[in-house]
Amino acid sequence: MSLDTAESTVDGQGSGRARRTVELAGLGLTGILAALMLGFSLVDWLRFVAGPTGSIAAGIFDQYVAVGGVLDTLLGTRVFESPGTIRIVATGVLIGIVGPLVGTFLVHRQMALIGETLAHTAFAGVAVGVVVAGLTGMAGTRDQLIFVAFIVSAIAALGLQWLTEYTDSYGDVPIAIVLTGSFAVGTLLISMFRDRLAIGIDIEGFLFGQIAIVTVEGTRMVAVLTVAVVALVILNYKQFLFITFDEQAARVARLNVRGYNSLLIVMTAVVVVGAMQILGVILVAGLLVIPAAAASQLGKSFRETLYLSVLFGQVSVLTGLFIALVASLPAGGSIIIVAILFYIAAVLVSDRSVGQLSIH
Amino acid sequence: MSTAVEVEDVTFAYGETVAVEDVSLAVEEGSFLGLIGPNGSGKTTLLHLMIGLKQPDSGSVRLFGEPAAEFDEGERIGYVSQRATDRSNSMPVSVREAVLMGRFPHVGHRRPGPEDQQLVDDALERVDIADLAERPIGKLSGGQRQRTFIARALAAEADLLALDEPTVGVDADSRTDFYNLLDELNDQGITIILIEHDVDILTEHVDSIACLNRKLYHHGDTVSFLESDAIAEAYGTTGKIVSHDHP
Repeated sequence: MSLDTAESTVDGQGSGRARRTVELAGLGLTGILAALMLGFSLVDWLRFVAGPTGSIAAGIFDQYVAVGGVLDTLLGTRVFESPGTIRIVATGVLIGIVGPLVGTFLVHRQMALIGETLAHTAFAGVAVGVVVAGLTGMAGTRDQLIFVAFIVSAIAALGLQWLTEYTDSYGDVPIAIVLTGSFAVGTLLISMFRDRLAIGIDIEGFLFGQIAIVTVEGTRMVAVLTVAVVALVILNYKQFLFITFDEQAARVARLNVRGYNSLLIVMTAVVVVGAMQILGVILVAGLLVIPAAAASQLGKSFRETLYLSVLFGQVSVLTGLFIALVASLPAGGSIIIVAILFYIAAVLVSDRSVGQLSIH
Repeated sequence: MSTAVEVEDVTFAYGETVAVEDVSLAVEEGSFLGLIGPNGSGKTTLLHLMIGLKQPDSGSVRLFGEPAAEFDEGERIGYVSQRATDRSNSMPVSVREAVLMGRFPHVGHRRPGPEDQQLVDDALERVDIADLAERPIGKLSGGQRQRTFIARALAAEADLLALDEPTVGVDADSRTDFYNLLDELNDQGITIILIEHDVDILTEHVDSIACLNRKLYHHGDTVSFLESDAIAEAYGTTGKIVSHDHP
């Protein structure tokens, strides 16, 4: 109680305001960065269009590359001058926003492992993509496989939703079944068809993430999903908050709880597949869960928690990518370790107990 | 006076286990009904049936004259469950945010406007927690937290409050204050349905009592309830079954 009264002093209000200013400034920077990266993805696409649009886009594209060069000069590196690196950073910045954004709702719905499960179904999706591509004579490029993964993962998400409604809980058991089951399907399909079809599949790349081959199309898919997910969360923020906080009361208030649950879980599937390109199947759930868990240690309101989780996610991705690019380390591992350091710091700073946040 | 909730011959079972059997009762608008019965007697199930959270296997429930399943003015019902209290421990939601949720069914996808904020402020004042508005709800005492949920219902301009053992884990003084607040709200015309296992509290505050153990044993005003053998019968039935099982 003495702690509670301290918060309501004038001093407390002053520091609260300062904290809010810092948060909003960080969020503003993240927004600007995201807009720049969406712009990059757009010109990266438009520069091949014939006519004046294409040439204007190509001009802007060159400016991005030039800025990357300047960054290299400043840092004494030789990585950011490559359009490939800018694509990686663009993908990273965008998933660093949408991952924690959906993750914060999931963590508080005690659905933290849904992300992990859906990543495994996405792996099955990749395997299905290999088979479909092989049988239909498509090239089976990484982009095609990721596109199939989007679809399979979204369908699996709805299946999982049905299963949890049917068994009346987001219990460990349906999660464990779907998680291992889809991985089993994936490994079987790939082993059965790998030799028969002329498609090289880089399993390690999908499992652990492979930033070296973040493609133009991959970045574009992430750009589109980012715009869609951010728009949907803004539009349905109140509904998501209500069903997360008090699902029964939301049902009494006659909200379409099932509809919003389905929307949230499909959005999660899409975000997971997008983020998987950088983090890989195994680590991708960390980007959804860890920044949200760190933010929940500090947030005084849900809105603040959401802001903080996006900030933590963003800084984790940027720092992790930087370490990975400069030191030639795996990006997924670097991002997750940075995120966990934030989480530990948040636990140490906060006066809340960790046990309150159940993760299963 | 019109009827807020009308339950007619309602039966509900979880699989093979019948939780509520052939229950009929009506809750008049502006009344204060207490639901009492032993553990596992179907009180919560009946409350859920009344507010449309569950659909009866047979029989019918009408909310403000409409079939409960089709009733879509959700903002008229303020519901406080025990589960809501659990989640609020871990989720960083401020008191103001929790109360603002009462406005969500009204505003839909629109941004809450100044009049919504005003209703939130009024509700916070009304239950006497305006000074806690910016506090995370997990840091409140049990009594303050329950006031927050009442404030959410007031912000929703609900005219029916459905409360499922709202004072579990709340200290005695806060409990008295809380029930006095319910009395005041009832005096202002809000219909209240309350599940409470404490007979003394119940008889002091409510104006009619439904005593339940799967079937309805008694429904009437507090005086008739105290004069009846309902409680002995309702609780005794369970006792008899137990004594049969263990001769």
